[in-house]
Amino acid sequence: MASASMTKFAQSDDDIRALIEAVRQQPTGLPLNRRGFLKLAGAGLMIGCCLPVSAGPRAKGPGGRGQGSAKAPVFNAFVQVAPDNTVTVFSKAPEIGQGIKTALGLIIAEEMDADWQRTVVEQAPIDGKTYGYQGAGGSTTIPRAWDQLRQAGAAARAMLIAAAAKAWQVDPGQITAQDSLLTHAASQRAATYGEMATAAAKMPLPDMAALKLKKRGQYRLLGKSHRGVDDPALVTGQPLFGIDVRLPGMLYATYVKCPAAGGMVKSANLETVRAQPGVVDAFVIAGNGKPSELMSGVAIIARNTWAAFQARKHLTVEWDESEASADSTVRFAARAREHARSFPAQADVNIGNVDQAFAQAGKQAGKIVEAFYEYPFAAHATMEPQNATAWWRDGTLEMWAPTQQPNRGQTSVAALLGLPEDQVIVHQTRVGGGFGRRLINDYMCEAAAIARRVKGPVKLQWSREDDFAHDFLRPAGWHQLKGAVDKQGRLDAWQEHFITFTANGKTPSSGADYSRFLALYCKAPNLRRALTMMDLRTPSGPWRAPGCCAQVFAQQGFMHELAVAAGRDHVEFLIDAVSRDVPELAVKDPAVNFSPARAAGVIRLCAEKAGWGKTLPKGRGLGLAWCYSHAGHAAQAVELSVDADKRITLHRVVVAVDIGQVIDLAGAESQAQGACIDAFSTALGQQAQIDNGRVQEQNFNAYPLLRLPFAPAVIDAYFVQSDAPPVGMGEPALPAMAPAVANAIFAATGERLRKMPFSHAGYQV
Amino acid sequence: MMTLRINGQSHTVDAPADMPLLWVLRDIIGLTGSKYGCGVGACGACTVHLDGQAAHACRVTVGSVGKRAITTIEGIGQTPLGARLQKVWVETKVAQCGYCQAGQIMSAAVLLARTPQPGEAEIDAAMADNLCRCGTHMRLREAIKNAIQSA
Repeated sequence: MASASMTKFAQSDDDIRALIEAVRQQPTGLPLNRRGFLKLAGAGLMIGCCLPVSAGPRAKGPGGRGQGSAKAPVFNAFVQVAPDNTVTVFSKAPEIGQGIKTALGLIIAEEMDADWQRTVVEQAPIDGKTYGYQGAGGSTTIPRAWDQLRQAGAAARAMLIAAAAKAWQVDPGQITAQDSLLTHAASQRAATYGEMATAAAKMPLPDMAALKLKKRGQYRLLGKSHRGVDDPALVTGQPLFGIDVRLPGMLYATYVKCPAAGGMVKSANLETVRAQPGVVDAFVIAGNGKPSELMSGVAIIARNTWAAFQARKHLTVEWDESEASADSTVRFAARAREHARSFPAQADVNIGNVDQAFAQAGKQAGKIVEAFYEYPFAAHATMEPQNATAWWRDGTLEMWAPTQQPNRGQTSVAALLGLPEDQVIVHQTRVGGGFGRRLINDYMCEAAAIARRVKGPVKLQWSREDDFAHDFLRPAGWHQLKGAVDKQGRLDAWQEHFITFTANGKTPSSGADYSRFLALYCKAPNLRRALTMMDLRTPSGPWRAPGCCAQVFAQQGFMHELAVAAGRDHVEFLIDAVSRDVPELAVKDPAVNFSPARAAGVIRLCAEKAGWGKTLPKGRGLGLAWCYSHAGHAAQAVELSVDADKRITLHRVVVAVDIGQVIDLAGAESQAQGACIDAFSTALGQQAQIDNGRVQEQNFNAYPLLRLPFAPAVIDAYFVQSDAPPVGMGEPALPAMAPAVANAIFAATGERLRKMPFSHAGYQV
Repeated sequence: MMTLRINGQSHTVDAPADMPLLWVLRDIIGLTGSKYGCGVGACGACTVHLDGQAAHACRVTVGSVGKRAITTIEGIGQTPLGARLQKVWVETKVAQCGYCQAGQIMSAAVLLARTPQPGEAEIDAAMADNLCRCGTHMRLREAIKNAIQSA
């Protein structure tokens, strides 16, 4: 019988898994029909040419109020045009470093034919009723917004043309629009968007079904390289991030939780803490027992962050750890090895006849390979430690938060405090790194609970140590693999025993399930997969390219082992495997864009650009891997050398990506390069070790991020140009990097790496 | 009360002498460009200049600053070198999340002030103390090379 606290814990994990599912949902109902668009865009128009004033101007920057364009005519919730011809477009999603603010702005401006040099991109208010989903996660922001934003831009353009046609008494079909200028060639008349804005904003919304959206050949902005819209403010140190929020009379809070998840405050020396310099108050919050929302802890409120952090050193808490995590990564690893010895009686997938295939391979000159792959828990370690600012007054809670899920944050906070949702106002700030950590809004819930007890605005600031201690870790995993190639050297059988975790005793914990499409990469006609789940009490969660980020390492490493055993060219072996026709593995969901042809396309492009097959000097190796992750196809080839001390030098990385239409080429290249470095950094030396429920790595000196001298000499990114609709770029280029490095190390040294981080085997940079 | 010289301006602040400069800048003076990343001098996000030398503001107590001139990301653009770095940082599109970039620019400014024409190894070594979680490494190198060329 599970205790109440364990049930709460399991509920928290269920919530996170439901969140991942919701984030994953690809757009299927779009494009919006006229009614949908009216609902979406109408509010501003009906109110009378303004974005909802309750939120619009206040959404400008942390704490910024009432600046700018409150009086400029509004076309819809995404577009305003000022009489001076400045076009303002609104980015509805959080900027977490994926370049979304620039990309979403470009999509609108493209269809609108706006002059990009005179276009300003503003953060939209958090208002799910107007904007729909406003999150950033799962690389889904672009595909989910693509049709909506193109229509918003095209509608504004049509209204401008209609206004000009009316003013000039000409056929709208004869008016051209380009760079925020309307022209009627026959009568030699021209007007800027700004000159026509007031009249245009009053025109009826065009028929959405009749709006003609551009084709790829007509794009003037999309697919080219652009600067980041916030970069001038960024490089001059202007306040953009959640941590930069400052409000009049603001106090600063720190929140101390049990280092082992689930521990509760039994008692605390609050009087001693209250007596510390700069401290205003200290109190216990009971919490609701959900790590994803609000755990028990001690809040210290002070005049500045440092005073709060210093006072913490004098805090003594007696924790009730009877229900807390006592997890141990050493114990998990030992148990996983035990589990790996036998294949479970119950398989989750069973196609063909795996046993027969292995028997045949043994008899008929096929090859059988067995291997055990493992990877550790990993921290998100966003550069901006978690924080949120909250202000409780007159029954309303106003919040500023660097979150990936502002709508959900609003919902969670409202439910936690028992407020109607419209009494929780959330302002989206720039986010100093997401990687999936900020899909979960625990810091918002904490700040909200603290603000209820504090007079005036209060900023909750986690220390870096808090950030490592209370993460939602990428779960560790172990894969016992057995594969067979037939006498022609084709993949014939794949048996996989995945040892993972559960929080509820029934289903894998968040981030710990099978990666959904992995079986499609290497279609074995005989396939058997089974799970063993160990109980996990430490919170887990999605980490950049969840599922794929670690499982692709095992799978693509093992595919290379099979190719080597078969004596086949690795590239041909991979393409052969993904191109197989195995009816049981056919994709039936039309929203899933997985394509063997696109997979083969990125693998071949990558191999060609990397000089696949070339002769390398001794000690150098070229390794390759690919993946389909978060709707993108991507392949990496890594050329490296290894010295006698197992020091790795990355000479060149080639990354080939198919994400359909590229929005901002410079941004997409950034994501590709960043993903390579993030993945290498993680594979080489990062692990979160847990002992007695406590994460051992507490700061960056114990959790190494790759430093500049050890970055690859070159990373060349190539994008497949196609008419396919765009998908996100935050995740697809990450998962194949680690196995590409491992495969290259095998090519260079003959040593097969089956365990991350590679530092276990003595590798270093 | 003590007087600090920050970006060419005098600020009189009331803070305990053992308070790290970072929190004086951020919470008391309101210059939030220097970032809190680790608090132990391990990430470089809080890098500022004290008389032109790079320092981790999270590890420098305000009482130890004395008469040294403090320069932060908000003031680095007052020098031609700082302004040039900010310009190439935008043109090269270095930033992803951008949180570490203030510290990166401050470290690059110290490098180029001392070594106007650094080689690749010198660039890497000078920037090795600044972490970037997003992996902007390639663009960091490119931006510094662009800054050398545009000098």
